[in-house]
Amino acid sequence: MLKLSALLLFVWMSPALAQTVVVDGSSTVYPITEAVAEEFQKEFKGKYKVTVGTKGTGGGFKRFCRGETDVQNASRPILKLEFDACKETGIKFIELPIAYDATVVVVHPKNEWIKDITVEELKKIWEPSAQGKVTKWNQINPKWPDQPLKLFGAGSDSGTFDYFTEAIVGKAKSSRGDYTASEDDNTLVQGVSQEKNAIGYIPMAYYMGNTAKLKAVGIITKDKKGKVLPGVLPSRKTVEDGSYQPLARPLFIYISQKALNKPEVKEYASFFMKNVATLVPSVQYIPLPASAYEMATKNLNSAKLGTVFDGHSEVGLRIEDLLKKEAKH
Amino acid sequence: MEQSMVQTQTARLLREPMSDVDIARNLKWRRMKNFMFSVVGLLTLLFAICTLLALFIDLAMTGVPRISAEFFTNFPSRFPEKAGILSAWVGSLAVMITTAVVAIPIGVAAGIYLEEYAPKNFFTKIIELNIINLAGVPSITFGLMALGLFVYKFKFGQSILTAGMTLGLLVLPIVIVTTREAIRTIPNSIREASFGLGASHWQTIQHHVLPYSSGGILTGVIISLSRAIGETAPLITIGALTFIAFLPTAPVSDVFPYVSFQWLHDAFTVMPIQMFNWVSRPQQEFHVNAAATGTVLLVMTLLMNGVAIYIRYRFRRRMKW
Repeated sequence: MLKLSALLLFVWMSPALAQTVVVDGSSTVYPITEAVAEEFQKEFKGKYKVTVGTKGTGGGFKRFCRGETDVQNASRPILKLEFDACKETGIKFIELPIAYDATVVVVHPKNEWIKDITVEELKKIWEPSAQGKVTKWNQINPKWPDQPLKLFGAGSDSGTFDYFTEAIVGKAKSSRGDYTASEDDNTLVQGVSQEKNAIGYIPMAYYMGNTAKLKAVGIITKDKKGKVLPGVLPSRKTVEDGSYQPLARPLFIYISQKALNKPEVKEYASFFMKNVATLVPSVQYIPLPASAYEMATKNLNSAKLGTVFDGHSEVGLRIEDLLKKEAKH
Repeated sequence: MEQSMVQTQTARLLREPMSDVDIARNLKWRRMKNFMFSVVGLLTLLFAICTLLALFIDLAMTGVPRISAEFFTNFPSRFPEKAGILSAWVGSLAVMITTAVVAIPIGVAAGIYLEEYAPKNFFTKIIELNIINLAGVPSITFGLMALGLFVYKFKFGQSILTAGMTLGLLVLPIVIVTTREAIRTIPNSIREASFGLGASHWQTIQHHVLPYSSGGILTGVIISLSRAIGETAPLITIGALTFIAFLPTAPVSDVFPYVSFQWLHDAFTVMPIQMFNWVSRPQQEFHVNAAATGTVLLVMTLLMNGVAIYIRYRFRRRMKW
């Protein structure tokens, strides 16, 4: 028994993991990081290792700001609260946009009355005051039938939920509660594909995997002068050129400045930026324009610290403008 | 008035016993009831088994075509057809070994103490009650406890060691209870014979109680491990990872001291987590991988339970008193 405890003590004293890049955060960003980690480990055979967790953007930032992880995957910019937590522990970071993600408004494929929807109509459906009141299609638009409205959307722990509510209702996490909510997007796909009167929103990747079961709805917006623009369907092209708005958003990685001193993290970061443009489309995400990746790489090399966001997402901002912005914090 | 009527009826029944026809009818009805209950029982059993079978067949039909040698020797990948469960099953195995090392000595020792040594008083009763309660605590609670205690307080990190200790504590009540039950099946005459020949209490336990009950104890250990292998919630809480494309440090090496326990500190993933990750992906091909992982997990659990039944059967046959 004494020997065993001595052995255990010895075991506990031995050093922790060496040469491992520790990544955690958003499950939306996960497929991209998985691809990068896979190729990175192939390139540096056995020299460096990468572990990736999926604690979610919020859960990941908690670990990141405690200094437990080297790289944080985020499906939205860092929030004020999280920023303060990082400041307290002295964690400084570099913020890099890596790809686009779009949220797609979907209906049943046999739904004939809807082709496009305006942001105002979406707001009418999803704002908190609609709870229990807006329950029929014709309440939103008189041209639509007198049929019950069946709603499907992201659960409140999801980054998609935060972004959709911010972009549509105008305030993050502000939504009606009487809808089928799920953190598992496959559940939402199943739900909408089996209910003729359904409307819901899901991440782009889940729409792309189920185009036969779902119909995407075009989004109608107004330009700066208030002129109504034609409806835009989500696609790689419309997201890239910025016309699919306001439901397209950038995804980020945050790299801890302290961790960048470690050779494995430094190699990982530069490998990421070097290969991101080819790996992102291979996992069916939408890459940023080449110029944006160039600028992001420059930001990494010059170690541009801090975030350009004011503690919340900025809806409808072009990625190049974002990268040029001076860090606010 | 009424009372007297009942009395006369009883008196008449006593005076005139049931006729043969009455007896036959009565018996028939009772046999009928007996038969009906057995049918209801059988139907309930069939319902439970059919549900399980339907689930398993559905899973196996999707998953089995995907299972190949490469599925066990490949790391997870972004290409569904190349992805495998190597890091997941090795992780599951490493965690299971650690769980067994933690749970068996403590659980068996506690069981022996409670059954052989502990005085039957209020304090012991409280402990017994607590053990039974512990078996009913939701597993996520163990995860939260482990996160606070093992990960942050003791600084074991999000490692195989933490996972093994967490699951070890989780299955501890099962090991204790089955150990006690196994010990209780040994007739007291065996102990008395041993004492009569001058053996001490510990000698009696060492030479008689433990060897005779080891079949039952082993069964309990295997059943508890087959529960632990499917646990996900506490492992996610303590930070099991989703993507790992390397194995834990090898336990043996060619340099001094030849044996390494570094693997206890390594990050890990387990099969249920790998499965969960694949289920939540948008591509159908990943769902097939998840079904294949589920089939492997189910077959492993069935095998473990089968081994437990076999061991119990063997030990029962050998024992003659």
